[in-house]
Amino acid sequence: MRPIHLFSYSLAKEVFSVVTIKTQRISSTHLEKNFEETDPGFTNQEALEESNRCLYCYDAPCIKACPTGIDIPAFIKKISSGNLLGSAKTIMSSNPVGASCARVCPTEELCEGSCVLNHSTSPIPIGKLQRFATDWAINNEQILFKPGSPNGKTAAVIGSGPAGLSAARELARFGFQVTIYEAAEKAGGLNTYGIVSFRLPQPISFWEVEQVQKLNVQILTNTKVGKDVSAEDLLNSYDYIVLAAGMAHVPDLHIEGEELEGVFDAIEFVKSTKSGDLTRDFTGKRVAVIGAGNTAIDGATCSVRLGAENVKILYRRSVDEMTAYDFEYEFAKQDGVEFRWLTAPKRIIGDEKGRVTGIECLKMALGEPGRDGRRSPAAVTGSEFILPVDAVVKAIGQTRHLSLIQALGLQHENGVVKADKETYQTSHPNIFACGDIVFGKGKGDAMVVTAAQQGKLAAYAIHKQASAAGTA
Amino acid sequence: MADLSINLAGIKSPNPFWLASAPPTNSGYQVQRAFDAGWGGAVWKTLGDPILNVSSRFAAVSFNGQRVAGFNNIELITDRPLEVNLKEIYETKKRFPNHAIIASLMVEPKQEKWHEIVKRVEDVGVDGLELNFGCPHGMAERGMGSASGQVPSLVEKQTYWVKEAARTPVIVKLTPNITDITVTAEAAVNGGADAISMINTINSLMGVDLDTWNTIPHVAGKGAHGGYCGPAVKPIALNMVAECARNPRISVPISGIGGISNWQDAVEFILMGATGVQICTAAMHHGFRIIEDMIEGLDHYLEQKGVSSLTEIIGKSVPRYSDWGNLDLNYNIAAQINTDVCINCNKCHIACEDTSHQCIDMLTGEDGRSYLKVREEDCVGCNLCAIVCPVDGAITMVETAASQPPMTWNDRQAALNTAK
Repeated sequence: MRPIHLFSYSLAKEVFSVVTIKTQRISSTHLEKNFEETDPGFTNQEALEESNRCLYCYDAPCIKACPTGIDIPAFIKKISSGNLLGSAKTIMSSNPVGASCARVCPTEELCEGSCVLNHSTSPIPIGKLQRFATDWAINNEQILFKPGSPNGKTAAVIGSGPAGLSAARELARFGFQVTIYEAAEKAGGLNTYGIVSFRLPQPISFWEVEQVQKLNVQILTNTKVGKDVSAEDLLNSYDYIVLAAGMAHVPDLHIEGEELEGVFDAIEFVKSTKSGDLTRDFTGKRVAVIGAGNTAIDGATCSVRLGAENVKILYRRSVDEMTAYDFEYEFAKQDGVEFRWLTAPKRIIGDEKGRVTGIECLKMALGEPGRDGRRSPAAVTGSEFILPVDAVVKAIGQTRHLSLIQALGLQHENGVVKADKETYQTSHPNIFACGDIVFGKGKGDAMVVTAAQQGKLAAYAIHKQASAAGTA
Repeated sequence: MADLSINLAGIKSPNPFWLASAPPTNSGYQVQRAFDAGWGGAVWKTLGDPILNVSSRFAAVSFNGQRVAGFNNIELITDRPLEVNLKEIYETKKRFPNHAIIASLMVEPKQEKWHEIVKRVEDVGVDGLELNFGCPHGMAERGMGSASGQVPSLVEKQTYWVKEAARTPVIVKLTPNITDITVTAEAAVNGGADAISMINTINSLMGVDLDTWNTIPHVAGKGAHGGYCGPAVKPIALNMVAECARNPRISVPISGIGGISNWQDAVEFILMGATGVQICTAAMHHGFRIIEDMIEGLDHYLEQKGVSSLTEIIGKSVPRYSDWGNLDLNYNIAAQINTDVCINCNKCHIACEDTSHQCIDMLTGEDGRSYLKVREEDCVGCNLCAIVCPVDGAITMVETAASQPPMTWNDRQAALNTAK
């Protein structure tokens, strides 16, 4: 062994760690700048160098670590050979929301975490290469896929988020005539409204929506099933239904003061920052965010970027039980967000005008692990204290679309639709459910990439069922 | 999708990508795996009298951490009995009737030996023959391979003998271990070759171990030259293909070989006159699956160029390749440095200062910042600065106004002769 090899490897590692902590300052005057995508993406040269560093493993662990099974070595090889169209096709054929996932996937826990180079040098930045290839397709206005020849079957998809889009895309490629019902003004669901702009700008989500529309999929926006069109109508008009409506608003804390001015639902709060029309109401304010999941991080970082002076995340458990990803935690800390562990809200305090002025909290202690494996918190008697705040952002999970589920007559457990783990078929043989609407508890399954995969699998099951029916 | 099929001297394949005669085409199992993966054709590992091989056969050059920049082997032709190979060729052809199977052949330079082997391989249904006049090691010491291929009269004679017996198209594979490959190429054509393929491997010694003083690779402490191939040889191969393609006396199709690693390399060979290409090292490095990007990348390229059939671009760059004497002496380019992109590594300055024409100045602006500037009037347009520059777009070679009308060396000499 020549020692010079060891030296050059460690040198390379150092260089990469420097690159990964690149960050930008938050502007107190130009809020719009704070909501631009923080990561500039790879230059051609960076993409070329990193793609050539990929070993192009056979039976690669990164493919297995990707819930949608993207052939990662193949798409990276195509970047290095200059076949960017092919690269984008490889990505998007496995993952209909692959451009969004390139930005929001917890890659350290998935593909990059499994890269064999973790054991020798440093892993390939798969997410950023995926973004490079899909950005190319976006910038070059490529339409990547064609609809299948019509099979005479129809399908309604309820919800145009990752799971719904994914199911619709695959069904359209099989030749189904697909109609998506979307309650919101624009399609894309979580990717359009639920993920902060500085990580996922809306045009990326719109491009993915457009890719699906180009397969002759009709998307009816501002159309809520159960209000603008009845569930019964859908059942009567379509051969199959894919229920991919996701989850609803943040539930109430059930504490005093929740109705005060300055208390926000984190989902609605993030959504309000996505259109680009930013409120100045947070400038110089003190904000408390309740919860420590993905949305809580988004609520907290959005508050910082709207100019809040101090942002605290209050979580009744500890850092170990937090459902936010490590990179989100790091990101929030870099934005200056403070974390108050083992802290639960007791009541929100307002002034005579009904505006939030503070929040009374309780210190908590962790007991034995509960049913989900996480240790359950219990209040410490007499530990009350008051934090002076101007706004409270609630991010303690999301409620369920119970009435919709009931209108479709589906079996469920506390609003979580019961579906087969492989086919995503519900208790109704022609209704399939995927995405957050079938998500119970835990960490991984709530990912965008998992929703996309479930959408694909639901579509495959429908196709299989329809084909079997056709030949019978 | 564009039509990628080719017809090389009557040998048809669904795409231009063939596996070259080498370890990847050693058996029916391998060739069938390759066809399943999408390869258009395969030149079966050279058949002949089965030989003995040594252990420790390959070596490669890692260039600054990039593995397999160049590759070398001292493996010989097939070490499996002819009957076994023939049976597997038959089975493979039966399973893949639309893929090209070409038998690479090497026997002693005797008429009856050639007649016999040609008949036997054609009987099992090969689509064509490739005569291995190129292998530089081992077999050459026995008067075969490149030992034949370096002697134009032997090339011509053996090709002629093969053509006497052959019913399928005959490709003559040429060795690069020769001063002027067009001479042996012409000999092959004169012998009746239907096509030529090039290049075979280049004589090479991969390295010497600094601790043991053994050669790399070595066999029990002894080494012998091998055959060099892989990405590093591509420019040598491309020139040889181009030289043959532009030579009017070499009027047969060319199968391009030498360092082709992806669809872009393949397009270069095809533009320079190859009808199809053969690949080995890239497959040995990554497996047969590289074919997917090769086919897709080529298809997208043709689509983007608005070309519906690959055959339309064969040889399109050949007219642009000529002799030095036909280059315009009055054409000028000069380097321009984009200081917005430049990262001030000063590599261009020192390259120019020490080893070229001393025309890149290191300057300091009014704001105290360093910057580099080309004195255009002193720049000879050598490209060295742009070559050593590590940043895309920082140095561009830009055409500058010519002070004189175009004039080549040959024009100049002709003018001088007329003036005399």
